Amino acid sequence: MDTNTLITQFQNGSVQAFEKLYEMYGQNILGVINVILKDEVRSQEICQDVFVKVWKNASQYNASKGRFFTWLLNIARNAAIDELRSKSHKQQQKNLSTDYFVDILETEEADTPSLDSIGLSKVLNGLKDKCREIISLLYFKGYTQKEVSETLDIPLGTVKTRNRNCIAQIRKNCDL
Amino acid sequence: MDIEKYIASGILELYVAGSLSESENLEVLHNAQQYPRIQEEIEKIEQALLQLTEASSGSLKKPAFETIIPNVQESEKVIPLKPEHKTPWGTYVGWAAALFFGVGLFWFYNQNQDLENTIQVTKQNIKILNDTVSALETAVTDTQKVLQMLRDQNTKVVDLGGQIVAPEAYAKVYWNQEPQKVIVDTQGLPEPPDGYDYQIWSLTLEPLTPTSLGVLSDVGQDGEQLFELPNTNASEAFGITLEPDGGSETPTLEQLYTLGTTAP
Repeated sequence: MDTNTLITQFQNGSVQAFEKLYEMYGQNILGVINVILKDEVRSQEICQDVFVKVWKNASQYNASKGRFFTWLLNIARNAAIDELRSKSHKQQQKNLSTDYFVDILETEEADTPSLDSIGLSKVLNGLKDKCREIISLLYFKGYTQKEVSETLDIPLGTVKTRNRNCIAQIRKNCDL
Repeated sequence: MDIEKYIASGILELYVAGSLSESENLEVLHNAQQYPRIQEEIEKIEQALLQLTEASSGSLKKPAFETIIPNVQESEKVIPLKPEHKTPWGTYVGWAAALFFGVGLFWFYNQNQDLENTIQVTKQNIKILNDTVSALETAVTDTQKVLQMLRDQNTKVVDLGGQIVAPEAYAKVYWNQEPQKVIVDTQGLPEPPDGYDYQIWSLTLEPLTPTSLGVLSDVGQDGEQLFELPNTNASEAFGITLEPDGGSETPTLEQLYTLGTTAP
């Protein structure tokens, strides 16, 4: 069954289809939230909240707005950023750095990656800091091309090409 | 359209990131539907992102689907909230109580005013009664004094008979020489005309010398009938004449009403 059919069934209220989509994307959404929050317990809670929200707002998804994963990504990072801005989170996370993936990488290296997935260190292998930076802004913080251009002080066109090169490195690491 | 150049621009990576505008999104969607090469490239970019994000979850395990399901089923049962037009009973009861309290307060105020008035009236009545009692006590004392005097053996009773101007008139003088005073009983005298009072005189006969004992003002049925006067004279007779208000220096003998001698 292809993803588009699953999405249609999910939008028609099929819990089974929803469960399959959750199996497909749940771990990814958890990863996105974890990168933003750097708090494992809260990340799991927010991940639950995100998928409840996804189910409630199923009808709002439309292919013309982009990929289904992109839609999930958008909901997840908004929820995580909201949490990040919330008072309770601020109090808990005062001293954490905002380095791109560094904290996650350190945790990752201490653990044994699960068998069916590639470890973060391998995915990010050979990726320069400026790549981690631009990927973080575009995919995990939801910046627009223009916002990235202004934040990093680089031309609009450079945002696109630099990002493509960075993604290419990840694809190479993952044999895609 | 140069597909490779389009892919190389990096727009597809931004498409997956969700960083494009709505019109750019639509354009990419159309191109992807038209060119399988573009669709394939998008899916590979997405795969790379899925690898990155999954790896970012580290050793964390996504929550069991069952932990989402109760929330999901709960959300399906969500009943649209109707704006509740609840009667604000609390408010009504509050206002009713306030009104009741206000009316009650007014009623008690009026009651209090009435009672105050009643107390005032009662106080007035008590005062009047007290005055009456003390007046009666005075009268009783006076009467007892008179009675005491009448019963005294030193008291001489002098009958004064009617004279020419008033043959029917009479009066009595009780003369006690021990506290040297007289009590004049005017019961038998007619009421004097306006502007006139009776005046009593003590008389000695050889030669005839009248001495005024006092003016008997306000004689009559409703007025005084008994007059207590000092008398230090060696009276041989008493006479009562009618004189202008306030009395005269010498008696007006033409208006001699009653006369009597003290000798038995």
